[in-house]
Amino acid sequence: MALRVAGDFDTSYARDMATLRQPWHWWALLGFLAVLALLPQVAGSYLLGILNTIAITVITVQGLNILTGYAGQISLGQAAFMTVGGYISALLVSRLGLSFFVALPLAGLGAGLVGLAFGLPSLRVKGFYLAMATLAAQFIIPWFVRNAYRDVLNGAQGLVVPVPELAGVRFDTPNSYFYITLAVVCISTYVAHNIGRSRLGRALIAIRDNDLAAEVLGINPFKYKLQAFFISAFYAGVAGALWAHYTRHINSETFDLIDSVWFLGMVVIGGLGTSNGPIFGAVFVRLLREAVVLLSPALGRLFPALEANILAALGPIVFGTALMLFLIFEPHGLAHRWQVLKAAWRLRPFAH
Amino acid sequence: MNWALFPQFFVTGLLNGGPIALVALGLVLIFKSSKIFNFAQGHILMLGTFTAWWLLTQAALPTWAGIGLALVVVMLMGFAIERVALRPLVGQPLLSIILMTLALSQVMQGGAILLFTAQQRRFPQLFPLEPYKLPEITIGETTVRIILKQNLVWSFVIAMVAVVLFALFFQYTRMGLAMRATAEDHQLARSIGLRVNHIFGLAWAISGVVATVGGILLASLSGLGLELSIIALKAFPAVLLGGLESIPGAIIGGLAIGAIEALVQGLPKDSTIRSMWPIAPYIVLVIALIVRPEGLFGLKRIERI
Repeated sequence: MALRVAGDFDTSYARDMATLRQPWHWWALLGFLAVLALLPQVAGSYLLGILNTIAITVITVQGLNILTGYAGQISLGQAAFMTVGGYISALLVSRLGLSFFVALPLAGLGAGLVGLAFGLPSLRVKGFYLAMATLAAQFIIPWFVRNAYRDVLNGAQGLVVPVPELAGVRFDTPNSYFYITLAVVCISTYVAHNIGRSRLGRALIAIRDNDLAAEVLGINPFKYKLQAFFISAFYAGVAGALWAHYTRHINSETFDLIDSVWFLGMVVIGGLGTSNGPIFGAVFVRLLREAVVLLSPALGRLFPALEANILAALGPIVFGTALMLFLIFEPHGLAHRWQVLKAAWRLRPFAH
Repeated sequence: MNWALFPQFFVTGLLNGGPIALVALGLVLIFKSSKIFNFAQGHILMLGTFTAWWLLTQAALPTWAGIGLALVVVMLMGFAIERVALRPLVGQPLLSIILMTLALSQVMQGGAILLFTAQQRRFPQLFPLEPYKLPEITIGETTVRIILKQNLVWSFVIAMVAVVLFALFFQYTRMGLAMRATAEDHQLARSIGLRVNHIFGLAWAISGVVATVGGILLASLSGLGLELSIIALKAFPAVLLGGLESIPGAIIGGLAIGAIEALVQGLPKDSTIRSMWPIAPYIVLVIALIVRPEGLFGLKRIERI
């Protein structure tokens, strides 16, 4: 819990539970959202491209955070569930002519149901056994979309995904698409934050900390774990659909095992089981990636022999090293750092 | 189904399972001593095999010296990983340790590209190409022919020898006993004066060596590239099928996964089912998890609060 100034007491339960505690919190939030909403009008498509990528990553990492951060179930299949969501949305829009905005939640629903299927082994196993079950998802789902129903799914070529339209407006540039991703991120953040402090979130935390003790308390671990799987895969499906309609193409290799590993890394770097952690983690890792992309031509000139491979080599090295350093020195992630920083600010100029 | 081909595919599959079994053996070794499931195994063996390739072709060492030196390098790498990456995590939850091995795998992936570039390489031939031919057997109308590649036969033999050696090591040596004690309970092992950290380091070193032997055998068969690390992903189903604590289980699991892959690839008439062979191990994995999570020979843990 955040440190408070002495003498600052809550006078009602509603106030005690509030996320936005002071009037200026509201102004800060509205101001931040207003700046984000104005960005597509003033900024270039490069910046908006990065922001779209970050926003979509935030959504899928928020889902994974509910499963891994709150419920403590390790999942290596988040990218596979994104594939499911992307394909479902692409098929619903291009084959059935549904609106993208109807297909988006349906994609989440479909991915959630597939996630439930791969969550079923959690009835009997936990820990890395479950990581294995989700690893299986990461192989079986791409195989399915590559080889099954070739006339519909178009095999290894994948699908061309239509541009979303609403009331005559086409969201076909990074700038216009940002309004969609921004809206979805706002909703997903609101839901994820409230899941964390609801009955569901507390049950998941109890299961994470000690599943047997949780069961003794009357929490049905299987039921709650499956709910966490469903929510996590739902988020992944929505993110996958957003990504497919953003890049307008999807195939079995759009999201692969490495992406799943990166999402897990983002959850840890941001802070496991915190509501702002996924945002910190996704922003940090994506910006790190952009920095590597920007730096690699210069490094390539320094070491000409490696020029062709420098990006492929540096990306994993930088990410892996960052993750290792966080695991060793700050296992609570950036969200914890943020808390410490806020406390220090509040207590300034005193040390304690 | 073409039953005349069954023996050929079955035997080839079993032999293919040899390297998988070696990698699985490495996973079990680490798990037995430290309860860590090593997702970086594939990348360790890939780096080890690349080192062997470099020593044999670029440094032009004789075969035995090149491979021996590469194994020493992998061993040192195992000790280094334990010291740098895992010791700071003692007492951290399982998730941190799994993620640490995943982070290590990413660093090694990048390192391999940086040191050896992403090109596909030809590994020098270790065994003659001339295959062994078993005598033909005719049963009724079908004639059964079995052809065995020498690489496969030798990797199978090496895998079997490794298993026997490790079984003896765990059963009869002081170090083996110490490793078994550490696996049982870290605190207890410490209290009787075992240096748990050294044992972890040793487990990582041995497991890297075993896996690299598998990697070299595989590379001499089908070439060397970054995707060599994928073999470790096939070793996971093997380990879970066999049971996480069991050395014979790892071997049987590895051979079974090899055989299942080969049979799915070769036997069914329907091409869609035949194309399922890369995911067949994972389907086995899911079934094993649901039906018998502790594996064929693993231990069933009873939990108390």
